[in-house]
Amino acid sequence: MTTFIFILKKEFRQIFRDPAILRLIFIMPMLQLIVLPFAADYEIKNIKIGIIDHDHSDYSRTLVSKIENSAYFRLTGYTHTFKEGLQWIEDEKADLVIEIPHRFEATLIRESKADVLLAINAVNGTKGNLGAAYTLGIIQQFNQNIRVEWFQMPEFNPEPMIDVTYTSLYNPHRNYQLFMVPGILAVLLTMVGGFLSALNIVKEKEIGTIEQLNVSPIKKYQFIMGKIVPFWLLGFVILTVGLVISFIVHGIVPGSNIYVLYVFSALYLFAILGFGLLLSNFTNTQQQAMMVAFFFMLIFILLSGLYTPIESMPPWAQVVAAFNPVSYMVEVMRMVLLKGATIKDIWPHIRIIFVFGVVLNFFAIYSYNKTN
Amino acid sequence: MITVQNISKSFGKNGQQKALTDIHISVNKGELFGLIGPDGAGKTTLFRILTTLILADQGSAEVAGLDVVKDYKMLRKKLGYMPGRFSLYQDLSVAENLAFYASIFNTTIEANYHLIQDIYVQLEPFKDRRAGALSGGMKQKLALCCALIHKPEVLFLDEPTTGVDVVSRKEFWEMLGRLKMEGITIFVSTPYMDEASLCDRIALIQNGHILSENTPAELVSAFKSDLFGVKADKMNDARKSLLDLENVDDVYAFGEFLHVKSNKGTVHQKEIFDHLKSSGFEDIEVLKIDATIEDCFMDLMHS
Repeated sequence: MTTFIFILKKEFRQIFRDPAILRLIFIMPMLQLIVLPFAADYEIKNIKIGIIDHDHSDYSRTLVSKIENSAYFRLTGYTHTFKEGLQWIEDEKADLVIEIPHRFEATLIRESKADVLLAINAVNGTKGNLGAAYTLGIIQQFNQNIRVEWFQMPEFNPEPMIDVTYTSLYNPHRNYQLFMVPGILAVLLTMVGGFLSALNIVKEKEIGTIEQLNVSPIKKYQFIMGKIVPFWLLGFVILTVGLVISFIVHGIVPGSNIYVLYVFSALYLFAILGFGLLLSNFTNTQQQAMMVAFFFMLIFILLSGLYTPIESMPPWAQVVAAFNPVSYMVEVMRMVLLKGATIKDIWPHIRIIFVFGVVLNFFAIYSYNKTN
Repeated sequence: MITVQNISKSFGKNGQQKALTDIHISVNKGELFGLIGPDGAGKTTLFRILTTLILADQGSAEVAGLDVVKDYKMLRKKLGYMPGRFSLYQDLSVAENLAFYASIFNTTIEANYHLIQDIYVQLEPFKDRRAGALSGGMKQKLALCCALIHKPEVLFLDEPTTGVDVVSRKEFWEMLGRLKMEGITIFVSTPYMDEASLCDRIALIQNGHILSENTPAELVSAFKSDLFGVKADKMNDARKSLLDLENVDDVYAFGEFLHVKSNKGTVHQKEIFDHLKSSGFEDIEVLKIDATIEDCFMDLMHS
């Protein structure tokens, strides 16, 4: 036991002496939690739009000014030919070109209908879809207004209509940041728990100190625990720092059952530390470990439901996601921080992550014995 | 104190890479034993087997009366190992490194301070400096201190003087001499033949085979041939020319001389001189010399 305390002391001394780790622990969560949720946002703004107005009538001008005044669009310019409009899209000067035909107003009044052409750059599918949706919304509204102008609406709508009222639960303003922040916190925990620990062990291999320890009476479990415990504790520090930042910056108030998050994180860190240990057993230099970690990190993040819902992934990807511990952490973070989930609510997650922990650590210790 | 029997070790798939073949060595208690051989001879592999880091394919070894395989746990408390590569924590200070290595052996710096005192006084002014920022010689001294701090019965030093300057090397060997007085058995490897004479006994190793195991003096006296040191203006041509001389077994460069080896009493100084003279060489110098360890090594290597 005293040996173990000496090992722990040494580990902490090394961790706090490494300026890179300190930066990683305090500055990384700050930057990621402050900058990313504002920047990595699905709301698309500044769609560049080019306008071709052949009509130059009252109506066409109203429509154009409505589009121009919308916060989503930025006007590239007016032109007279569709050809030039297409050239703008080609040159990436415009994402979307709208063409209002000659005699738009006249046709609309006489025949009660008129055509408008939208040409959209769909290289970025999301941007294309949203641009089209925004434009259609504006055109529809414009349409509505014209109808109000033309007809005196009867007091009661002659057609039966269902009036839909909705309320957004858990995230009333449907704020994208509230959705992102818990997810980023989960990724931060993974980085510290899984990858810092792996790098740390590999460093001992790389500089040869592990040989010195191997010829000493230090037992394997003491060495492994000496690596796991500090990063397990660091994980809680990061989590707390992260929660404070998300409270100050994003106003996310962790409810009274915040302990649920800590309970789950304790298990999660145990699992992800096992993963880090496994990683370190199969790599010999920090560079190798870094590259392998990067590979897994990418898969872990993209298949975690952090950005895109797992439910909308193809079935095989959903299977992969089910074996991705990060996806459970992301989900639990959101459940607790946004919905105030209790231990009972996340019980299935706890069971799964516990199995992850046991399996990963079993393989880690097994392969450690084998490779050393 | 150390007994090695029939140890063999191969690396690579199917063991194509033979590192050690049928090694026999025995080291007595309190001896300063040198394992001498060029790079790649298998010195480090033997060290790693004896320090319980890897397993041999065949054979058995005992260190301090303990089997390196069965009793490895007990053995680890009794041996000190200083690897060839500096492998202490570069980000910990001198004092912290020493304290850490003391603590993992359940001891303290104070308890065994007398062992390292001579060495540590030189390190003391730098005790708060990080190990990574020490000079090469200082790093070696620190590594030796760390290997000694738990008062091992056997000390394994793998090429401790490689890459260390001449003065530090001399100092290092003096330190080993003092440690021997403390009754610690020292097993040291080195590629430098000139260090062999500082050991009580040596084993010469080449390509995983032990060529000879003896005291330096007996090894040298076992050298049965005559040896001449030769100098001339065109050394390389002189070497080729001398090989043509009758009864000359071998000619090789040795520092600023050529060493000419011949069967005892078959070739005389004057003969070599005349041969070179008549072949048109100038500034000729021929001396009758005594064999060094390196000459013995060359001799054993070729036979």
